[in-house]
Amino acid sequence: MNTFYIAWKESKIYFATPAAYIVGAMFLALTGIFFVFEVTAPFSEASVRGIVDWASFFLIFLAPLLTMRLLSEEQKLGTLELLLTAPVRDWEVILGKYIASLLALLAILAVTLYYTLLLYVFGDPDTGPVLSGYLGLVLYGAAALAIGLLGSSLSANQIVAAVVGIAILLMLAFANRVGDLVTGIAAQVFNGLSMNEHISDFSRGVIDTSSVAFFLSLAAVFLFLSIRSLETRRWR
Amino acid sequence: MIEVNDLTKYYGSFPAVMDINFKVEQGEIVGFLGPNGAGKSTTMKVITGFIPPSSGTATVAGYDIINESLEARRHIGYMPETVPLYTEMTVREYLDYMGKLRGMTAERIRARIDDVVEICHLEDYHTSIIGKLSKGFRQRLGIAQAILHEPDVLVLDEPTIGIDPIQVVETRQLIKDLGGEHTLILSTHILPEVSQICERVIVINEGQIVATDEPNNLARRLLGSERVDLQVKGPQQEVIAALETVDGVGSVSRINIQRGELPQYRVESELGEEIRADLARTVVERGWELHRLEAVTMSLEEIFLRLTTEDEYSPDGESEVSE
Repeated sequence: MNTFYIAWKESKIYFATPAAYIVGAMFLALTGIFFVFEVTAPFSEASVRGIVDWASFFLIFLAPLLTMRLLSEEQKLGTLELLLTAPVRDWEVILGKYIASLLALLAILAVTLYYTLLLYVFGDPDTGPVLSGYLGLVLYGAAALAIGLLGSSLSANQIVAAVVGIAILLMLAFANRVGDLVTGIAAQVFNGLSMNEHISDFSRGVIDTSSVAFFLSLAAVFLFLSIRSLETRRWR
Repeated sequence: MIEVNDLTKYYGSFPAVMDINFKVEQGEIVGFLGPNGAGKSTTMKVITGFIPPSSGTATVAGYDIINESLEARRHIGYMPETVPLYTEMTVREYLDYMGKLRGMTAERIRARIDDVVEICHLEDYHTSIIGKLSKGFRQRLGIAQAILHEPDVLVLDEPTIGIDPIQVVETRQLIKDLGGEHTLILSTHILPEVSQICERVIVINEGQIVATDEPNNLARRLLGSERVDLQVKGPQQEVIAALETVDGVGSVSRINIQRGELPQYRVESELGEEIRADLARTVVERGWELHRLEAVTMSLEEIFLRLTTEDEYSPDGESEVSE
């Protein structure tokens, strides 16, 4: 129940304060611009592949901006002290805040469906890749938010929190670039860890269970790390 | 209600609190007195379960603060020193949220919000955004959230710091009224506050308890007598003679005469005697000018000097406060 109360409170703040709207607007503007480039390019096809690729890239920056407030501000204001001395478990705090950020992200992604709508009005896209592409985006975002939340748990400074989140995300997103440079097992490891490698299947219309599992485990691992980070805060 | 045994807390290699032992009985109001950095806040953070002790144990309402943390936390209402609040919420939303986190039912929250808002005089601010409230009202809201769930134990860290004098008086009264129902620990570095509110005072310095006593005893043992300083324009010998005739006055002495300054007198009396009104009347009735009249209290610095430099503080108070 505590998880729900915390999620509810944080969601209200997302929807009642301008920060999330500004981040959302920025995201929509960027994806909108690249959507236009994609569909106006010569011989372009009516697919969401372009949106998914670009949106996933922008999520690297969007997700930490959404989550940076969640724990940093509580540390800065000192409200964390009251939250953690209330009969609330640490994992309830993390999960509640995570769910709220997930809802905010889903709301923002929902607006990009407008582009898809345009594709259906002016073209004839394959529905399969559209659905799988969006599933991929949601999974990518879910993992990115968990990473952003870890950043937020580490610092009372929101800027530091966001930068830490973005740095981890950039490494995980582009690990496949390192994978391209090496061979053998090392290449497999780097490609396996790369978020971009895993999302590319989705935008092609392939739902690979191992990729689904990858994003879900990534989210789980970073949520777990956030919980531990919150616990060790008490020791600092 | 609260039991602390051999509590030690290190921050890195710095010992904030060393081997502290104390007990607080049900319904008691105990004051934690000490200068900044003495370890008051640290002790409170440990009792409330925010930080774990490096060694030692603490139990609240019979629950161990580490092993039965959740249960112990259910019995505590806490106001940290900085009175942290969610500034973007309204007073009502905030209290509602804190109530839910403490597992209260919606009905009970509604009823209790009405209660605490009345107790803390926040009636006109139900729907105000917390960020727009003044410091004094935030302080009251801090207390309101602490008592919302009717906890057995109330822990208030410097509850009267940073608010204006009128609000200080109101807040002290509020705390005193709360004492009946709750076991209460509060920290302060203001000596009169302790004597006004608390039944018992624990003096803490450099992470160690240096004295535990009733506030009056402590003051008596440290100060020995009540002192009032006066500045009077009038014939010196006559002034002294007149002041000596006032009921309750033990001794009158002249203190510093600087060139061009009016003479000052120090009147000592038995502890607990309120003679200031009589002194003033005496001076004015004789037609002299009364320029200053002030009760002299021992500053905290003096107390700590006394407590930390003397093993046994003397009961006769042979202290001379130099001017």
